[in-house]
Amino acid sequence: MGKMSVSLCGIGLDNPVIPASGTFGYGLEFAEIYDINVLGTFSFKGTTKEPRFGNPTPRIAECASGMLNAVGLQNPGVHHVIERELPALKKVFHKKVMANVSGSCIEDYVYVSELLDREDQVGWLEINISCPNVKAGGMGFGTSCESAAAVTKAVKAAVKKPVIMKLSPNVTDIAAIAKACEDAGADGICVINTLLGMRIDLRTGRPVIANVTGGVSGPCVFPVALRAVYQVRAAVKIPVVGCGGVSSAADVLEMMYAGASAVEVGAANLTDPYACKKIIEDLPGVMYKYGIKNLSDINGSK
Amino acid sequence: MKNVIFEIKENFKLANGVYKMLLSGDASDITAPGQFVNVRIDGLYLRRPVSVCDRDGDLLTLIYKVVGSGTEAMSKMKKGEKLDLLTGLGNGYGTGVSGDAPLLLGGGVGVPPLYLLAKTLIEEGKKVSVILGFNKKDEIFYENEFKDLGCFVTVTTVDGSYGRKGFVTDALPDNYSYYYACGPLPMLKAVYKACKTGGQLSFEERMGCGFGACMGCSCKTVTGYKRICKDGPVLYKEEILWEK
Repeated sequence: MGKMSVSLCGIGLDNPVIPASGTFGYGLEFAEIYDINVLGTFSFKGTTKEPRFGNPTPRIAECASGMLNAVGLQNPGVHHVIERELPALKKVFHKKVMANVSGSCIEDYVYVSELLDREDQVGWLEINISCPNVKAGGMGFGTSCESAAAVTKAVKAAVKKPVIMKLSPNVTDIAAIAKACEDAGADGICVINTLLGMRIDLRTGRPVIANVTGGVSGPCVFPVALRAVYQVRAAVKIPVVGCGGVSSAADVLEMMYAGASAVEVGAANLTDPYACKKIIEDLPGVMYKYGIKNLSDINGSK
Repeated sequence: MKNVIFEIKENFKLANGVYKMLLSGDASDITAPGQFVNVRIDGLYLRRPVSVCDRDGDLLTLIYKVVGSGTEAMSKMKKGEKLDLLTGLGNGYGTGVSGDAPLLLGGGVGVPPLYLLAKTLIEEGKKVSVILGFNKKDEIFYENEFKDLGCFVTVTTVDGSYGRKGFVTDALPDNYSYYYACGPLPMLKAVYKACKTGGQLSFEERMGCGFGACMGCSCKTVTGYKRICKDGPVLYKEEILWEK
């Protein structure tokens, strides 16, 4: 056990840094530029039953200290992921990967989860009930305790591996939804997905993003994410994964003090492809600065 | 792809609203004409993709139009300042299929990447014709630079204030072996319709990362979904599906 190692739902991680789903593809673009085995793990692109093109472009906008996206879960579908992406990943990544699952109905969540659960390299299933950019499903499942619990329960009944529910901040009481997921059998909670936002192009008077709204991410959402981690930590006993605006080793520590067992890094990968590598390299120095001997001493895993 | 800090050697106004920046640094990842770099700008979250106009050893030339806060900040940078670039992005143009007399069509800030392309084609011994399209006279740049390479150059302006009045498609020669285009979407559509030989067209889209990770700039093609930043920006004529 190294001083940066942590445990997430019973699986050891060399460090708590996890590139977030949707910012890291299926790992291969990043494996071209650095050894991605330095990561704790990563959460691959949100995967659905059928291939999805996603939303029309433009899908991207910028804001102060952050960005908006309305990609809309573009992915090649679970069968392609199993036949093509995972075998390619296996050659360059020798750790367990987090499989991010999305769907437009409970049956689809179960279908995709069941298939990915059987893959050796998959360590955790991260169930995305918080995508703000799709019309059917997505965030619709994550905004009420009943539907969040229903997805959790159905997926849990179909799989053996730990199930982490990724929740939306676009709700009144995120802790109550986390608790509902825990009661339905979830093994972990990841907070937060993006915040719903929009931008207007003053040259046209029209929204920048073709989908009109998009999910806000980047450093501007970090305080919101930290608050959510803190509230969820207080409400549940299962591990919490912190996600939202993390862009430095110091941010990782803040997340862990707030109660995160591991920390996802999203938008930062897009502006600096080496962001996670740098954060991992910076962690020992920042730990030393604040007198932290072992990250597992501060993390909120119970 | 490589992350490199470049030093600005020159940065000046080339035409109305258009600037030229000469940079020095490790440009070895620029291996084909039509590739681009993604520029980090202090105070702005996303990088700004800019096509490569020329690469000569460690020297990189960017020509960019001021369209928003990012390019405006770039236009104010001075000699000696450092610039953080992701280089070697995008597929670039393939020159092997051009035949012996390719035609290059550029519109506005679609012109710059055609410069390195013309240079490459001429080094390969080809006879290159170029049509440069602009809105009006004060926006024209690089006419002489293309002539100095040995290209046969035609300039068009929409308002007729210089060269031939009209669009690049109004000045098409009778014979050419292949075409390469870069410019605004309406121009690409017009070129696609008007030119009957094989061709390659370079597209523009709002990007998140610029290196294929975020799926922000995807488009549908005959051969499936492609990312403009990683699988493009250059698409072969045969694979294009016009959606917009």
